[in-house]
Amino acid sequence: MSETIYRRMSDLPSTHLLGGGTAMCAGCGGLQALHQIYDVLGTKTVFVNAAGCMTLLSVYPFTPFRGSWLYTAMASAPAGAQGVRDALDILCDKGRLPRDEDLQVVTLTGDGAAYGMGLSATSGAIDRNLDFLYICYDNEGYGNTGQQSSPATPHGAHTATATGPAGHSGFKKDLFGIWVANRPAYVATVIGTEPLDLARKIEKAAKLSGPRLILALAPCPTGWDFDPQQAAEIGRLAVRTGIFPLKEYLDGRVVHTKVKRPRTPVEEYLRAQGRFQHLFEPERRQDVLDAIQARVDAYWEHWDPSH
Amino acid sequence: MTRRLLTGNGAAAWGARLADVDYVPAFPITPQTEIIEQLGAWIDAGELPARMVTLESEHSMLTAAGAAAATGVRVFTATSSQGLLYAMEMLYTVAGWRAPFVLVNVSRALAAPVTLETDHNDVLAARDTGFLQLHCATCQEVLDSVLLAYRLAEHPRVRLPAIVNLDGFTLSFTREPVEIPEPAVVRRFLPGFDPQSVRFRASEPVSQAVAVLGGTPYSYFRYEMHRATEQAIAAFEEVAADFERATGRRHAALETHRMNDAEIAFVMLGSFATKAVDAVDRLRESGVRAGLVRPRLVRPWPAAALRESLAGVRGVAVVDQNLSMGKGGILHAELASTLYGVPDAPVLTSFIGGLGGRNIAPEEFFQMASVTREAAQTGQAPEPRLLFTAQELREVRRLQGIALAERHETTHSGAERSAP
Repeated sequence: MSETIYRRMSDLPSTHLLGGGTAMCAGCGGLQALHQIYDVLGTKTVFVNAAGCMTLLSVYPFTPFRGSWLYTAMASAPAGAQGVRDALDILCDKGRLPRDEDLQVVTLTGDGAAYGMGLSATSGAIDRNLDFLYICYDNEGYGNTGQQSSPATPHGAHTATATGPAGHSGFKKDLFGIWVANRPAYVATVIGTEPLDLARKIEKAAKLSGPRLILALAPCPTGWDFDPQQAAEIGRLAVRTGIFPLKEYLDGRVVHTKVKRPRTPVEEYLRAQGRFQHLFEPERRQDVLDAIQARVDAYWEHWDPSH
Repeated sequence: MTRRLLTGNGAAAWGARLADVDYVPAFPITPQTEIIEQLGAWIDAGELPARMVTLESEHSMLTAAGAAAATGVRVFTATSSQGLLYAMEMLYTVAGWRAPFVLVNVSRALAAPVTLETDHNDVLAARDTGFLQLHCATCQEVLDSVLLAYRLAEHPRVRLPAIVNLDGFTLSFTREPVEIPEPAVVRRFLPGFDPQSVRFRASEPVSQAVAVLGGTPYSYFRYEMHRATEQAIAAFEEVAADFERATGRRHAALETHRMNDAEIAFVMLGSFATKAVDAVDRLRESGVRAGLVRPRLVRPWPAAALRESLAGVRGVAVVDQNLSMGKGGILHAELASTLYGVPDAPVLTSFIGGLGGRNIAPEEFFQMASVTREAAQTGQAPEPRLLFTAQELREVRRLQGIALAERHETTHSGAERSAP
């Protein structure tokens, strides 16, 4: 693997490729990440999209993409990527498309598709060793329909379908682990508030072939209930508290790319979001807060026992 | 040209091979599997320069098929029954992409109860998806229809995917002599795929299948699909004429048998219509002026041709190998709307038969003819009839008797076992 061209913030692309004025919400962490990802990936790409918030990026007759786009359905964007990749390979192999007309195939879905409805199609794409880059913008709920609980919703969060005093009873699925268990080419977590870390990972992923996942935490003002101007701070807290580990999998090894010591108590991240307010008011749910903190601590104890 | 004994599935595979398809997204399901196995064997042997990929479901298979067609290659795929229904969301979706390809459906009745043999509720569930539909009655027609379907689907005024339907078991696993046209003949009839503007390449970025907001752009695109499907009537005539010039075989939108002076007619789809051909011949021998009309094209619906071929006929027995619960036969409803308000339109009688592969016996055709002649005389159509004999009812009662006896026995012996 060659050295990164992104050594410092000033190395990041100064030309921004994704157009503005889209229908995404103010402060959307997913769009923030996508802007940065697109700047690194470039326009020789075809985005194969599943039903979700970002379906509304391309609304006839407008698109913010300077490259190509195909909307499929919620469950089968990876299968759409399979069809596009195979067809481009066939056209190149049969001499009907010059190699310099080839495209990087990118699947773009939310967590509802990536963790749930589309997981079967994702699994199939991995075992067929499909050469594609999967970008999941994870806002931890079915955001486009008003933040109902999804398989990515964290324990304890209030959602439109978990409004009781304990919030969401399930636990966020380990999508990173599911991918890694199948030894794909590359898996990484990113967040828009760590642009240098993000750019290096996209740079690395773009050079590899095979199944690759970029899992972007997408702080969501409307779904998580915070003021859009707090989006960057919440993203930073997600990393500082260790609740969202920045890491990558490559060549059989998982490496954490940002390790914060000491970690900020997870309570600071939770308190900043309306979806966790019921853990603080009208009475403090110390049991739930302790359980969430314990899971974060156990994670880091496993990966980094020296601290 | 060579002549060979082929199953319906084998004929479908030969159609795909002669069409020189680039890509075959696949998923196995009875009774279709033989098609993809045959194509896979040819690809592995280097006889067909295509790529085959087995997806993890029919939903993904149709997504990959549509996506590859939208990227610019010629795509073939096949399924049956539950598989077609599992893919239903994507049938509607990819039809809207206006990327032509061919899907062979090997008709099989739908669960529940789950079964393997044929009827048409599967393919008729896809009636409104935007796919064109060609229905076959012989193995020769299966091969020919795959080639016709590509030309029709890729026609500049149509540009829609197409389903070629054949009946499970009765065609899929039945060997018939089939003429296999020379590849050079097929290439003249069906040149290489021209994706036109629906394709992906780096120098010409394009957004396909984007969302719309509001009913106006939505209606515009849906109306465009409807108009394109209507255009497929004239396009089919053009394509069928070219095919006849190339191979000598004529496949019209409607197949008719002894309709010239027919007083009554059967209207049926698919391979069970060959049973009606025999019945019509025997009715003629006994002095009844019977005929048969078999729509080969179901979408677009050849309304004008049907009105023309049924003009002067006094009674029409519509035999539906499908059942819309609480309504009746789907083909009957389609034909009734086609003939409504036509002066001197024939009286329509409705029969449901052949569900789950149930045979339709010659005597039943004679009975249907008799009921239809009487309806034509009185001008009164009887209630739709569900074909089922007293003998069949006795058989079901016998099975129920066994089930009850078994249940009684197991309950009884279970009680004995638990006794102290």
